Amino acid sequence: MCPLRFQGKLFHCGQNMPVSLSNSKLIYETLKECDVRLVSALPETWLVHLIRMTDEDPTMTLVRLAKEEEAVGISAGAHLAGVKSAMLMQNHGFMASINGIVSFAHLYKIPLLMLISYRGSFGEKDPWQTQGGNVTEPLLRALGIPYFLLDEVETVKKSIRHAQTLAESSLQPVAILLTRDLMWEE
Amino acid sequence: MLRLDCLRSVYSELKDCLVVTIMGAVAAELQSVGHRPNFFYLQHAMGLASSTGLGLAMCLPEQHVVVFDGDGSLLMNLGSLTTMARYRPKNLTHVVFDNESLLSVGGFPTATNTGTDLEGIARAAGVPRAFTVHSVETFHSAVRKAMHEKELTTIIAKVEAAGPSRYVTDLSLLENRFQFGRHIQSLKQH
Repeated sequence: MCPLRFQGKLFHCGQNMPVSLSNSKLIYETLKECDVRLVSALPETWLVHLIRMTDEDPTMTLVRLAKEEEAVGISAGAHLAGVKSAMLMQNHGFMASINGIVSFAHLYKIPLLMLISYRGSFGEKDPWQTQGGNVTEPLLRALGIPYFLLDEVETVKKSIRHAQTLAESSLQPVAILLTRDLMWEE
Repeated sequence: MLRLDCLRSVYSELKDCLVVTIMGAVAAELQSVGHRPNFFYLQHAMGLASSTGLGLAMCLPEQHVVVFDGDGSLLMNLGSLTTMARYRPKNLTHVVFDNESLLSVGGFPTATNTGTDLEGIARAAGVPRAFTVHSVETFHSAVRKAMHEKELTTIIAKVEAAGPSRYVTDLSLLENRFQFGRHIQSLKQH
């Protein structure tokens, strides 16, 4: 739990952030139901609960990254090993992964289940997030990546399950955009 | 020291490993020694061979994974060393052929040509064992040692900036990928 004391240092993991715990839990439970056993992540405010839940679950492997593009290689390795995985990242992390997506996942037909926090869209208060918000969907379309805008709690389970099914059957990256309406309680 | 001689020296040891290589000369030379179904050649996505090896090693703790990386590729994803060091799978051996050059695009010098020390970077990143080798004999023994002693190891092999005359082989990328995946599935059934 946060704040977390690790090797004498105190880490604050976004406990005071108004990120939806119940919706994060629902997303996490769906990933488990989809037989996801490895989750790679780079910390992002909206993803704090998801990352913590993964970390605290002894049946799940969490891979903490230095940069999101690493996750493409890690998920490809997991897929080739027969293990289902998911990637947790911010939309800017998706942008940092594009070469890996094109010249590994697309080139070699590797399924990726990408859960991307959609920062910089309507309601964004942080000026530094706004440019990325403008280009996230155009980039997904340009790359031919099927995506779903997840903004209602009722559709969480179905859309994540369907995204994974499509990724596995088409052997390609599929994205779920986690929106402010779903992740933020303010 | 030639990379090709290094690959020949460890070829028999690779028989029961899962092998991931970077693109270009490394992939072409290993294929010239002899392709096996347990070899996967990442023919693009520079920097991600080590990440792929990490994913494989973490998901398949019973298998030994060997990554043949290069200085140019590793320099594009130095963060990978920190991620490997964080999880330090005992079944991962990370070999970096350092020819101080981006050979396949015209031989432009990389930063290792002007003093960057990849062994030092690996060590400082937290990789438990890191060595630099300059001869085929020391390369061979370093790889064998890493495989037998079961500790994450990065081996920097200083090699000449020389490679094959062509990089495209007759093994298609997808054929290689599916064959490699099937090979891993067959291991699980045994």
